Amino acid sequence: MWRYVARRLLQIVPVFIGTTFLIYALVFALPGDPIQALSGGKPVPDSVLQALRDRYHLDEPLLVQYALYLGGLLTGDFGETFTGQDVFTLMSEGWAVTAQLAITAWLFELVLGVSLGVLAGLNRGRALDTLVLAGTTLVIAVPVFVVGYTAQLLVGLKLGVLPTAGIDEGWPVSYVLPGLVLGAFGLAYVARLTRTSLAENLRADYVRTAVAKGLPRRRVVLRHTLRNSLIPVVTYLGIDFGNLLAGAVVTEGIFNLPGIGQQVFSAIQSKEGPMVVGVTTFLVLAFLLVNLIVDLLYGVLDPRIRYAGSGARA
Amino acid sequence: MKRFVHGRLGVGLAALALVAAACGGGGSEESTTKTFSVALTEPAHLNPGDSNESYGIQVIQSLFDRLTELDPKTGEPKMQQAESITSNDQKVWTIKLKPGLTFHNGEKVTAQSYVDAWNAAAYGPNGWANNYFFGNIEGYDALNPEDPDEDGPKEAPKPESDEMSGLKVTDESTFEVTLTAPLSQFPLTLAYTGFVALPKVAFDDFKKFDQAPIGNGPFQMDGVWQHNREIKLKRFAGYKGNRPAKAAGLVYKIYPNNDTAYTDLQAGKVDVLLTIPAAKVPSAKRDLGERFLDTPAGTMDFLAFPLYDKRFDDVNLRYAISMAIDREAITKAVYNGAYKSSKSLVAPIVPGFRDDPCGQHCTYDPTGAKALYDKAGGIDGPLELWFSNSDPTYRQWMEAVANQLKQNLGISEIKFRSIPAADYLTTLSEHKATGPYRQNWVMDYPSAENYLGPLYGRDGGSNRGGYSNPQVDALISKGNGAKSIRESITYYQQAEDLVLKDMPVTPLWNWRQQSGHSDNVSGILIDPYIQLHVDKVVVK
Repeated sequence: MWRYVARRLLQIVPVFIGTTFLIYALVFALPGDPIQALSGGKPVPDSVLQALRDRYHLDEPLLVQYALYLGGLLTGDFGETFTGQDVFTLMSEGWAVTAQLAITAWLFELVLGVSLGVLAGLNRGRALDTLVLAGTTLVIAVPVFVVGYTAQLLVGLKLGVLPTAGIDEGWPVSYVLPGLVLGAFGLAYVARLTRTSLAENLRADYVRTAVAKGLPRRRVVLRHTLRNSLIPVVTYLGIDFGNLLAGAVVTEGIFNLPGIGQQVFSAIQSKEGPMVVGVTTFLVLAFLLVNLIVDLLYGVLDPRIRYAGSGARA
Repeated sequence: MKRFVHGRLGVGLAALALVAAACGGGGSEESTTKTFSVALTEPAHLNPGDSNESYGIQVIQSLFDRLTELDPKTGEPKMQQAESITSNDQKVWTIKLKPGLTFHNGEKVTAQSYVDAWNAAAYGPNGWANNYFFGNIEGYDALNPEDPDEDGPKEAPKPESDEMSGLKVTDESTFEVTLTAPLSQFPLTLAYTGFVALPKVAFDDFKKFDQAPIGNGPFQMDGVWQHNREIKLKRFAGYKGNRPAKAAGLVYKIYPNNDTAYTDLQAGKVDVLLTIPAAKVPSAKRDLGERFLDTPAGTMDFLAFPLYDKRFDDVNLRYAISMAIDREAITKAVYNGAYKSSKSLVAPIVPGFRDDPCGQHCTYDPTGAKALYDKAGGIDGPLELWFSNSDPTYRQWMEAVANQLKQNLGISEIKFRSIPAADYLTTLSEHKATGPYRQNWVMDYPSAENYLGPLYGRDGGSNRGGYSNPQVDALISKGNGAKSIRESITYYQQAEDLVLKDMPVTPLWNWRQQSGHSDNVSGILIDPYIQLHVDKVVVK
């Protein structure tokens, strides 16, 4: 299994170089002169233009710019934004916020989603099941910004139980509402996935055998059925963690959380190559790592799965 | 001879009445320990020489005093750090500072602090945003050599000097400024935050200074700038200037969008919001009551004509288009009545503003417009309307204009050209716009000169439509050389009349600023430059 892990980790290196180059090239190709955009409609003297272009190597061709960027990266220099801020400092501040938000959302998906799914699955066809199905359909159908602004108005402003915006009150208070909004879609999806998977497995032969052996219902559901039913759920949760990190742009905007979503949004607008590349590269790395962990988790959940040295799952 | 002396400007009574009303009879809240918060968008820089957007300026004017300040009602300059600003010929100006002023770190504010700061801002290789404001001081060119072949391979040579020859320190508190040409409006321009003094420590490391500037104003930094979160300020105990702070401190809370900031204002989580989003204005009027503020601003929108395009040569065609636009209806429909329709080239807050210098050519008159349009022989081919994509309302009002032109003039084919914001001005400068385009003007200082010179002067830095009229140029320079601001206004008004007759642009509307505040604060004064006067804010 360790050979498998090592192989997967090595694969990250080419992916890293590929993504950084691709994204750097994309930002490079964006239309518009970032220096003119900075000037706010006022004329920029030649001398100032030249000084800023030199400082950010804007006159160099794409490959030279990219090489300079990679070179800096190897010495631990992530570059700086057009307003002279260190990209690494900005990113680590942003990541701290986004990670807390994503973990909150993810916990909601995991705890609430799975519990609702189990309840619905055990009560198939009854009122509770219908309620969960109807509720999750609604959540999946409504766009995230509608959910966000509504929750902010109702819970934050009218009821006043949770803060409307900002991170002043820290984790978890400031993150509960945005986390719930961000995780709402995934939560609904997890609940439905768990419900279907559980309901199906409850009819499987091995469950009938377990019941026939006289095992208590509790043990049958938790040990035998749920564990097997969770495999598709875990896959989804793994992929979704990446989505949560990347998809936080809208939620962060609504709730004024200074995370990477906002940073990358404004960085794209102002053509800040190092910032966009830095943030997205970290996103890709996080995505790859989470997926590796998910693949390893399969083995824990289902003993039939083994990791072959070839990297293929048998 | 013109002379501006501290305390002698005829604004005393009006300003006093304003302050008294703003304080609501509060009396002696001077020693309060309470703080308040202001919603802000993340500024680009806090170094005064490198900041040219209103968010940065809001923070900088809390941290720094300027040489002059502008009366929020009349727009006339009053002295702040300067004791006097005098000139015999409007070209060589002598600036004398008040005694006893210090920076937050105890360093004395001297003439040298100003001269060093100005030289740094004007030094091209520093690449600061306010560089071009120093272009009318003698010796600026030596610090900003031109690129010999524009965008070609040759680079601009390194400047031969880092000091402008037009700046001379005569003693510790006096310096002399020589301009390239007479400018009667010079004391007005000094109210801009790009002209403040810098302490010596700033020159050690500008980058570090940008994160926690040491100023000389009523508030000082309390810690460093927390990017995308907040900028915390506390009252400067050693403040000797003319606008001591009433509150013990203030926090600029940074929001990525004004919708969220408005929700926080309603929840009482932030005390002042300078810009209420246009869509929320009608409900904000209801919800906030007396806490809703409506301030006229200096920003104007115009529809400009590409005079380099033969099709727009006939002035009757330009008149026709101008008269076919129902400005009133558009401001109501697109901006919820938040903006005010305009028939003038300058904003209402500018000394010398007249309500209707344009007359019939800016008055909505569909039949008259159609007659002129036919007289001019109509227009060949489709009409293209150009604007930038930086705000969705630009397209909305352009569509409204298009509908009115279709209806009133019978132009059958109208196309929309929406340009990425970053490319918009370059497109205009290179004369690539093939039809009327949106022209916006944010003033640098409230003088008619600033609305006319850059936009309609032959060498105006923002004259992108190719307009040129020697008579207009002559009148503007006459105004610049006038003995007083009052006298200069006569010339600027004559120039304005001439431009409107030529109609290179037609005025559309003038922005207004809708702001709000919480129950927690009083004494909220927002000036036409969209700046909150932080010193006057009283926390309950």
